[in-house]
Amino acid sequence: MSSAGRLPTGGLIDRARPIQFRFDGRSMSGFAGDTLASALIGNGVGLVGRSFKYHRPRGILSAGSEEPNALAELRSGARREPNTRATTVELFDGLEAQSQNRWPSLGFDILALNGLAGGFLSAGFYYKTFMWPAAFWEKVYEPLIRRAAGLGRSASAEDPDHYDKAHAHCDILVIGAGPAGLMAALTAARSGARVILADEDSLPGGRLNGERHEIDGRAGSKWAATATAELAAMPNVRLMRRTTIFGVYDGGTYGAVERVNDHVAVPPPFQPRQRMWRIYARRAILAAGALERPLVFANNDRPGIMLAGAVRSYINRFGVTPGQRLAVFTCSDNGWRAAADAAAAGVSIEAVIDSRSDVAPALGADLVARGIRIFRGAQVIRALGSRALQAIEVRDHTGRVSSILCDALAMSGGWSPVTHLTSHLGGRPVWSEAHAAFVPGTLPPGMSVVGAANGAMTLARALASGRDAGARTASDLDRTVSDAPLPKADDEPASVRALWHVSGGRGPAFVDFQNDVTAKDVGLANREGYRSVELLKRYTTLGMATDQGKTSNVNALAILASERAQPVAAVGTTLNRPPYTPVAIGALAGHHRGKDFRATRLSPLHEWAREQGAAFIESGAWLRASWFPRPGENDWLESASREVRAVRSAVGLTDVSTLGKIDIQGPDAATLLDRVYCNTFSTLQVGRARYGVMLREDGFVMDDGTTSRLAADHFVMTTTTANAVGIMRHLEFCHQGLWPDLDVQMASVSEQWAQLAIAGPKSRETLTRIVDRQHDISDAAFPYLTAREITVLGGTRARLFRISYSGELAYELAVPAGVGSAVASAIMEAGKDLGIQPYGLEAMGIMRIEKGHVAGNEINGQTTARDLGLGKMMSRKKDYIGRVLAERPALVTPDRWGLVGLKPVDWTSRIRAGAHLIPIGAAATTANDLGYVTSVAFSPTFERWIGLGLISGGASKHGTRIRLVDLLRGTDVEAEVCDPVFYDPKGERLHG
Amino acid sequence: MRIRCPYCGERSNDEFTVLGDADALLTRPSGENIEAFHEYVYQRTNPAGLHRELWYHSAGCRRWLVVTRDTRTHEITNVAFANSRGEGATA
Ligand SMILES: [Zn+2]
Repeated sequence: MSSAGRLPTGGLIDRARPIQFRFDGRSMSGFAGDTLASALIGNGVGLVGRSFKYHRPRGILSAGSEEPNALAELRSGARREPNTRATTVELFDGLEAQSQNRWPSLGFDILALNGLAGGFLSAGFYYKTFMWPAAFWEKVYEPLIRRAAGLGRSASAEDPDHYDKAHAHCDILVIGAGPAGLMAALTAARSGARVILADEDSLPGGRLNGERHEIDGRAGSKWAATATAELAAMPNVRLMRRTTIFGVYDGGTYGAVERVNDHVAVPPPFQPRQRMWRIYARRAILAAGALERPLVFANNDRPGIMLAGAVRSYINRFGVTPGQRLAVFTCSDNGWRAAADAAAAGVSIEAVIDSRSDVAPALGADLVARGIRIFRGAQVIRALGSRALQAIEVRDHTGRVSSILCDALAMSGGWSPVTHLTSHLGGRPVWSEAHAAFVPGTLPPGMSVVGAANGAMTLARALASGRDAGARTASDLDRTVSDAPLPKADDEPASVRALWHVSGGRGPAFVDFQNDVTAKDVGLANREGYRSVELLKRYTTLGMATDQGKTSNVNALAILASERAQPVAAVGTTLNRPPYTPVAIGALAGHHRGKDFRATRLSPLHEWAREQGAAFIESGAWLRASWFPRPGENDWLESASREVRAVRSAVGLTDVSTLGKIDIQGPDAATLLDRVYCNTFSTLQVGRARYGVMLREDGFVMDDGTTSRLAADHFVMTTTTANAVGIMRHLEFCHQGLWPDLDVQMASVSEQWAQLAIAGPKSRETLTRIVDRQHDISDAAFPYLTAREITVLGGTRARLFRISYSGELAYELAVPAGVGSAVASAIMEAGKDLGIQPYGLEAMGIMRIEKGHVAGNEINGQTTARDLGLGKMMSRKKDYIGRVLAERPALVTPDRWGLVGLKPVDWTSRIRAGAHLIPIGAAATTANDLGYVTSVAFSPTFERWIGLGLISGGASKHGTRIRLVDLLRGTDVEAEVCDPVFYDPKGERLHG
Repeated sequence: MRIRCPYCGERSNDEFTVLGDADALLTRPSGENIEAFHEYVYQRTNPAGLHRELWYHSAGCRRWLVVTRDTRTHEITNVAFANSRGEGATA
């Protein structure tokens, strides 16, 4: 137990609202306004986790989203969430938090011996390990790594919460609500511009809430609250708290995640846990502030050693202190403020150690006056203690080393502007020697940077830069900016001289706390030849994992530069990519998960099919009737076989509404069709239908379907279900892009029409009972391939097509979608005494194989019209898409794989789609592969398995025998190659 | 990315489907020369800089557009209808 704890007074927390929570099973209490981290400190908890590789005890380093150490699992069961940063988790009643990466317990971790065997796991250890004997890796090392590594455990059950997605538009997006961001937002919003102000924190104000600076003579946090209230009241402002702008994308698009209900145990009903925003901003003002850097010295990771700014945040905002005896180690003026703030809160200051010898005498004069020990030109060379800091070793300007007892150490290695978002579109930050940091370089279009993010490190300068950017940006957008006085604040001392690495102390000096990368590892990587920044990062794992090196990258680059004896500017930096902080996959998915991954499309006949007891199947986006089980039937094949027999012997009704339907009108409609189909449509008589095949421009088959001519200038096209959208797009391209002079218009009418197929020898008799009397559908008046507009059931508008997919006398009837189910029910009623049966996708599939019709398995993007036996349809008298390239030599060779029928020689054998066609007596090798089986069915008509396949030589192989070899399923069946049309090859039944 | 459709105004790129090089795709050869069609179907330049591309406003007006985009920055400098071969302009 450390001597951290709650201060008797102070802070922005609400001491009237205590909150109970549990950490590693222990009951604790905090206050409203606490984070998990501040509440832990308030409860005297210093040790909060174990490190990734060495399992070293770790405490809280920061007070923000840059935290590398204090990662916790939150909640339990399906809501368990690993790797949350305790420093950003708002405390709520009943919060359960667990420390991570320790085994068996946080206080006693067996794997801490990794730390003793430190050399073992130095830079590149993953790579080097693979060079050890394989047995050692498998038996010893991998199980150990699996136990040791990995951060946290995710929930194993489905996330019960909802995630939302939203879009927002604004003139000016202000990113960060610290002093610069608030000032920019106020100035811009007062001009009337539409402003969005987003901040990752729950409390706007940024560093103002963690420091004691005054603005206009009152506490900075009060000024921030007033500014926030003014913004919240303006109708042209959207204030987004708990919202991280995590990415910058093209065209002024920003990705944001709003943690709507992360700060409560369970989201209220009908509210999302998080909401993903896509924000479209004409301009953006980045006011993301700066991140403080740790100092790199031996054992700088001991619990109790904290960033100086974080110490100030804990004392000033949260009313807690990380210790009772604090020392400060700094290389900047800023670090001294931690000593001043802690002293003001009643914490004993043991020493202030500044690595600079020429510190301005005024700095810390009040501390000197109070008798506090000041070291100038000195360094902390080592921290002592294990699970909690006990003392530090200080080397003074003469080189003399002394120990100072302390239980907390505030360190300040200077501040790095948060330039992450400036580099998401490729802009590279540039090194500034004056700031000892990278500052923004090339900016994304429309973005400006203000405040500490742009190197304006003092409060007065931050406010001024925010005001200026707000005014300039609003003026750019033609807004009138009124002159308002700048709030008064001081320019506090802020000089810095970088101190990258303190050598001489015994023990690892950590650069990257999260990945356990030490200064020694950086040196080793350089000596082993990994001299570029990118290689350093990958070799040592520096800057990876949840914090992405927010506190470590700059120190590592500087140490690499000094190893290479080059300036930092010459070493360069890696580019940051989105996201700035981790984004939950759930938030990215939003509602698009499970069944809602995409919309389910229901046919207009869905209700009818449901009433008929259909078994449905997902087919693309559609839910389609697959078969209609009847009492006594044991499986789909029994049902589908009965349906096939009904169609072949009497009449059946099925739903073909999912086919794409495109209405094409205009004087040039026929010309367009001639150019997109390989066969001719301009010769089609009005009132007739024709099967058509479309090629792609590369000569392969794209789609097929039936197109009918309802008037000289009016066609209705059907496409396959799967290609409905693509064919519409293709036709529009052909018209608008290739032949804009054609006078033709088209519209997708797939949704407007329900379409039913009525098939079987008794289909006409059935239809006659519902078709209105004035329409003669006798064979003489309505022969095969007739297409006409009619009425049914006493005036209902319909289109009747005499076309057949099943091979029987058959019709397709299109009626307005809204009456589809009613018409289907009427047909069922009309055909009752004729034995009508509904049939589904399976029966349709069986009958099309019996008829040798090609479908998606055969029109697979690799087959030509000739391959599919449709070569005769290719017109020689006109130009059409795909005509020229279909004649390429490789597409017309006689050994191309062409469509054939296949039937097992032993008629009781089952055959499988996917089996390869191998000559009898040859080995089943790729070299002997002559093709494969594309589709199979058990034919109830022939009472045997039949199939379609593609075989080298195609129709020339009719009558030969071949083996169907399926090495995956271990089958090898001899089959006869035959004509693909098994059923009624002369087509007599169509004309009945 | 945002595309300013001349018909619908500025919309999210989610609403569009991209096809590719507009100048290649819009100049379909006439005649029966296989080489010419091979060029038309397969050969594409891959410029680092301004590129005229075909985009289809599939979730909007269903117009094919010629979008002039800088492949290095994604900056869009011109959008026009494909049926005018991308002539005429809105930015
Ligand atoms: Zn449009």
